[in-house]
Amino acid sequence: MSNVFEFEGIDGMGYSQPDLLIEKSKIKLPSDLVRKELPRLPLLSEPEVVRHYTWLSTRNFGIDTGFYPLGSCTMKHNPRVNEVIAALPGIAELHPLQNESHQQGLLSIMFEMQEMLGICAGMDTVSLQPVAGAQGEFTAIRCIQEYHKSIGETHRNKVIVPDSAHGTNPASAAMCGYEIIEIPSREDGLLDLDALKSVVGDDTAAMMITNPNTLGIFEPEISKAAEIVHSAGGQMYYDGANFNAILGKTTPGLMGFDAVHYNLHKTFSQPHGGGGPGSGPIGVKSHLAPFLPTPLVTRRKRKESDKVVLDDDWWYMLIEPSKSIGKVQQWMGNVGAVVRSWAFYRRYGFQLEKMSEHAVLNANYLRHKIMNPDVNTLDTIPIMPSEGSEAKFCKHEFTISALPLKEQSGITAMDIAKGLLDKGYMAPTVYFPLVVPECLMIEPTETESKKTLDTFATKFHEVLAEDYETLHKAPITTHVGRVNEVQAARNLVLKYEFEDQ
Amino acid sequence: MSEIPEGLFYTAEHEWVRVENDGSVTVGITDHAQNALTDIVYVELPEEGEHFENHDEFTIVESVKSASPVFLPFAGSVISINLELEDTPELINKSPYGEGWIAKFTINDPDELNSLMSAADYKSHIDE
Repeated sequence: MSNVFEFEGIDGMGYSQPDLLIEKSKIKLPSDLVRKELPRLPLLSEPEVVRHYTWLSTRNFGIDTGFYPLGSCTMKHNPRVNEVIAALPGIAELHPLQNESHQQGLLSIMFEMQEMLGICAGMDTVSLQPVAGAQGEFTAIRCIQEYHKSIGETHRNKVIVPDSAHGTNPASAAMCGYEIIEIPSREDGLLDLDALKSVVGDDTAAMMITNPNTLGIFEPEISKAAEIVHSAGGQMYYDGANFNAILGKTTPGLMGFDAVHYNLHKTFSQPHGGGGPGSGPIGVKSHLAPFLPTPLVTRRKRKESDKVVLDDDWWYMLIEPSKSIGKVQQWMGNVGAVVRSWAFYRRYGFQLEKMSEHAVLNANYLRHKIMNPDVNTLDTIPIMPSEGSEAKFCKHEFTISALPLKEQSGITAMDIAKGLLDKGYMAPTVYFPLVVPECLMIEPTETESKKTLDTFATKFHEVLAEDYETLHKAPITTHVGRVNEVQAARNLVLKYEFEDQ
Repeated sequence: MSEIPEGLFYTAEHEWVRVENDGSVTVGITDHAQNALTDIVYVELPEEGEHFENHDEFTIVESVKSASPVFLPFAGSVISINLELEDTPELINKSPYGEGWIAKFTINDPDELNSLMSAADYKSHIDE
């Protein structure tokens, strides 16, 4: 291991500063403010900083190094043209306080993104401000809360989530002060309408759900669920994490949803950061639009007196929704992420549905390859599809259960995941959704070629054929071996300890 | 194969309930539950004296996989909690029915226990 404290810079100092302008003895500071010890900052020189971080980057694994089938995360390729567009000086060097006339180009991009996202989700108005999916959830649920207040229905204090929901759904609703009602899924993993009926009532504020659901299955009865919730006066919230499956095919609006969030860093190829910068815009139906965060971008016909001449006849400007909940982020959110996603969508144009078609085709193909191995290589396959026998197809991702393998030989989903690391792959998502025992959740995205999927399926079968001892020690080829998760969770070490401390 | 001792009451959510000689009631999670959760890393315990209604969530058990609520299958108040779990939550993995007990309660209405499962019922429940 290398860490920044191991470098000693030049003469024990990584930086140089000019001499003080006044003599040190003339600086009068209250004695309690004078440092007794110097802060222990890293002492790297610039080349050492560069070497340290370049070294770290060589130990990393990402979509740029290999196949990354991390279910629910939509780890697709980030086209480099996105970076070219986002780096254009007219975009990258703008300051948000510059005149509106200076910002016409960027505002037109943001306006177009609002419109495009609105059309894709069947929503009336879009806010680009939230910077993560979960922040989008929180923002939209706050809008729903204010909407209910505005019509005098403050008694609505419960939010319904299915037991297969993303953990952020109940967390976002709880952040808004709602009580969470969890409903069980049916045996086949789909939404249980009877369970839903038994919990809706005049205290229902909203239901939060993703479709396709976390098993990668499209909920065929989603509009009935929407009817049930709406007839009780509740609102329907669409978690856009799985939006990659349905673009151009159907919309949350058609399914009966009132609000959605989009994950630009999933569906629209903005790179996933290590916790940021992401982008989680939200779209709402017109009755929720007055409550959206401020500002939104709007446009009017250009006048003669307007200073800047764009290619189009419009003048773009910022407006505040009439009953806005305020701001959830400074300025306009992560504008760079929005611009990258704009560049991505512009390359597809009206063909955006091709993206979803390829993503769904890839997932079904890989699922078929994994569940139907070549008989010469593997007689029986000790894993099972976890969507129940009826699901012949999946959408953009699929789950499989390693429970049969665990019962047979003690090999767990975690062992399989670690074994895949040794084959040069990022592991799939494991142990989510919680409703599937020993779950592996695989999402290839539209990025990958047939050859990549074929090779992955072969390697996956090779992992399944390995013995318990080998897999339990995996990974052995990576920079970091099997991590002791129990130790890590029980004994958190959150700061660097110097040896002499 | 999961251990399911006779003489305890069980719930569909995998809690066990033991009536002590002094009339107090001890609650924990079953061997099946700890096995499914895998290594437990943290237990959020209730406060002594805290009162819970039937079906209330009184503890959260966190494993490397997930955080799971534990429900009280009767109404009662906390007499004592297993403080050992604060530093050694793995006791639930090692001894779910013994040293891994979670909390001891008073019980308002002992008849509430009649609706719970016996060891045999619970066995067929988890074999389903």
